[in-house]
Amino acid sequence: MMMITALLAGLVFGMGLILSGMVNPAIVLAFLDVAGDWDASLLWVMGGAVTAGSVAFALAKRQKTSFLGVPMQLPAAAKIDKRLLLGSFLFGIGWGIAGICPGPALVLAGSGKTEIFVFLIPMLLGMGIFEIVEKKHR
Amino acid sequence: MNILLESVPWHAAAGGAVIGLAVAVLLLFNGRIAGISGIVGGLLRMPKGDVGWRVAFIAGLVLSVAIWKLFWILPEIKIEAGYGMLALAGLLVGYGTRLGSGCTSGHGVCGLSRRSPRSIAATVVFMTMGFATVYWMRHVWF
Repeated sequence: MMMITALLAGLVFGMGLILSGMVNPAIVLAFLDVAGDWDASLLWVMGGAVTAGSVAFALAKRQKTSFLGVPMQLPAAAKIDKRLLLGSFLFGIGWGIAGICPGPALVLAGSGKTEIFVFLIPMLLGMGIFEIVEKKHR
Repeated sequence: MNILLESVPWHAAAGGAVIGLAVAVLLLFNGRIAGISGIVGGLLRMPKGDVGWRVAFIAGLVLSVAIWKLFWILPEIKIEAGYGMLALAGLLVGYGTRLGSGCTSGHGVCGLSRRSPRSIAATVVFMTMGFATVYWMRHVWF
């Protein structure tokens, strides 16, 4: 059952990305291009998503376990640290270069646009490098 | 009324609401945050007993185009960046999202929905760098 809801969530998420235009890097870059022909779409996407998400999290706060009986696993970290800021800094640059982030990248992997793998494989590599560096410091 | 209907990007807002719905499903049924970088990155650690739902969610993302095409035409998608830029972008996104504990879905959607100060900070930083990078690439250097 957990696998089914996760699969459904992924499907719906992906379709939301397609409907909103966020799988199209050109639209994302047009939002990030404040000095150019600015496209405000992403603001509306975030607005719609955070509105719906706020309801979901308000409901979730009242529960210790999910509808399927598993523990709610919400992030516990509270401190705004250097890693958060540096990581976000690097991610923002990467996002600005191609207009692609992890969710749309995976959706595009199923679209037949094979050039996405030129992004996706280095993305997985970058994640892997992080894991290796983490292990060394532990 | 017509001006209102024409000026609001309904597809964008509706798409966002659908994303919010997906977040709700994963949260309320699986008890998990729909943060893509965390779901994928966590999978790389091969955590025992914690792999199935991640693979299922990712499969859903990958299959969404195929399912979409059963009902509607896929809108045009333009990947402008060349191979070198795509690879560099991928590396930065991969490493950065893991170091920063999240991306546009984890921090931007879920974190802001929870009013998390960490996510607010992260979102401000990556948005700023996104704006700055595009400004640099389109209006200054490249």
